[in-house]
Amino acid sequence: MAKLWQVAKLIRSKNSGPFELTFDVIFKDRATYERVRDAKVINAQWFARTYKLAPEVVSVIEYDAAAAIKVTIPRPVVSGDVDDTDVFGGQQYGPLVDLEVP
Amino acid sequence: MASEIRVLSATGILGSGFREETLRRAMAWKPDFIGADSGSTDPGPFYLGSGETLFSDSAYQRDLRLILLAARAANIPAIVGSACTAGTDGQLERLAGIARKIAREDKLSFKLATIAAEQDKGYLKRKLREGKIMPLANAPEFDDAVIDRSARIVGMCGIEPYIEALANGAEVILAGRSSDTSIFAALPVLRGFNPATVWHMAKILECGAACVVLRQYPDCMFATVTDDHFIVEPPNPDYRCDPVSVASHNLYENSTPYELVEPSGVLNTLHAKYEAASDRAVRVSGSTFRPARRYTIKLEGAELAGYQSIIVGAVRDPVILRQLDSWLAGLMEAAKDRIRAVFGPDIERQCRLDVRVFGKNAAMGRLEPETGIGHEAGLLFQVTAPTQELATALMKSVGHIAVHYPVPEWSGLITSIAFPYSPPEIARGPSYRFTMNHVVEPGSPLEMFRIHYENV
Repeated sequence: MAKLWQVAKLIRSKNSGPFELTFDVIFKDRATYERVRDAKVINAQWFARTYKLAPEVVSVIEYDAAAAIKVTIPRPVVSGDVDDTDVFGGQQYGPLVDLEVP
Repeated sequence: MASEIRVLSATGILGSGFREETLRRAMAWKPDFIGADSGSTDPGPFYLGSGETLFSDSAYQRDLRLILLAARAANIPAIVGSACTAGTDGQLERLAGIARKIAREDKLSFKLATIAAEQDKGYLKRKLREGKIMPLANAPEFDDAVIDRSARIVGMCGIEPYIEALANGAEVILAGRSSDTSIFAALPVLRGFNPATVWHMAKILECGAACVVLRQYPDCMFATVTDDHFIVEPPNPDYRCDPVSVASHNLYENSTPYELVEPSGVLNTLHAKYEAASDRAVRVSGSTFRPARRYTIKLEGAELAGYQSIIVGAVRDPVILRQLDSWLAGLMEAAKDRIRAVFGPDIERQCRLDVRVFGKNAAMGRLEPETGIGHEAGLLFQVTAPTQELATALMKSVGHIAVHYPVPEWSGLITSIAFPYSPPEIARGPSYRFTMNHVVEPGSPLEMFRIHYENV
């Protein structure tokens, strides 16, 4: 088993507008991308558990053109509101970095 | 109709910069126009709420001056959208003032069009009554009171106001809030190019050099568009694009890489092909564009959440750190007791007191799965109140309670927080919140935008 950061060339999170948070995982090579994609370890249930959401509001998209997986969730708090911790949404991918992947 | 149109994107966001040498090289590639995005909601609601700008006037002037000099020398249009961050009327006027100053200093003359995007509250209330305002994903509640409470509301224009201004001979167009892509799509669509190719090119170009393999600093980007494909190539010789770097850019700040929703339709890139055109240029083809059944304009609004004062401090004592959560809970109760004693029992209805702990969960808040703590922790106390004076007055009382809050292990008066500043409290000014994620169905694509022409 490897950690996700070992097989990805980029793991990031970012606002997709002030009301959504989007995560991108771009893999170093196509074979690893296909293995992780097909193993479904980056899935709605994991995001629902980690970000305390219903799995139905998690969107997981496989993007073969860039060997990437994109996940979009409703923002936990609207960007810049009094309770927000991360205006750009740029540091919300932390728990994803050490995810175990095949 | 010409067989191709050549597009220069000066930078990802006006004011962040680009290399003068890169712009010069790009101009030798004979662009048909220069575009630049100047805004974003990314830095949060403050810029829309307050009308302040992300960059300084000096930074805007540096970038805009080089763009205007190049565009006028080549006699091609210069198009800037989402003026000065949020694209409010005040921010648009600020950018127009900078353009006039540049024209004066550099002896340029041009026909300027400004496109104002701030929305009339009466108009929006009427549209709401007519059922012409619809929520997007995760939209908050929306009613007349939200419209009234919002400090400013802007509509995000499509390509149509730009096309109107270009058709009327505008040589420089400065727009208020605009879809990022419309800045780059307007002239190619006006010239009759395939909208699918054009919108996909616009999405790749709107962030400047963001689609290169390794972007080390902001810079220009260039595309050559024909009817069935476009070729994207960085004018900076130190940069290169490859098919994956260009395809990857569809992921950026978008909830799906396959769809891009615009006022007039939806770009679909599901079957797009990304092929190397050289070792640094990429050929993109195969996207489709589906015209919208209903033309819609996205709204953005921000309201005042209150004024804030903050204190930043650090804790190093292992005895306190071992019981940080319970110590902080006690401290916050003691602070609230103190502000009730000073400001009256009802004070908590007008204001709120929060603390963030750096080194524990400052980035992720309640979602943080890790529970450990290091050899020190940073504290950020935050008061939000209806006026700055009250926020600061409350923070002065909170700070004094906090800095001496005890732990049972030590007897006698302790000083439990390291403050880096005197005074510790910092007036942070107004804090805003976004109030809407909705679209309006206007009577026409131009109805919500006011175009003004002047000879500069």
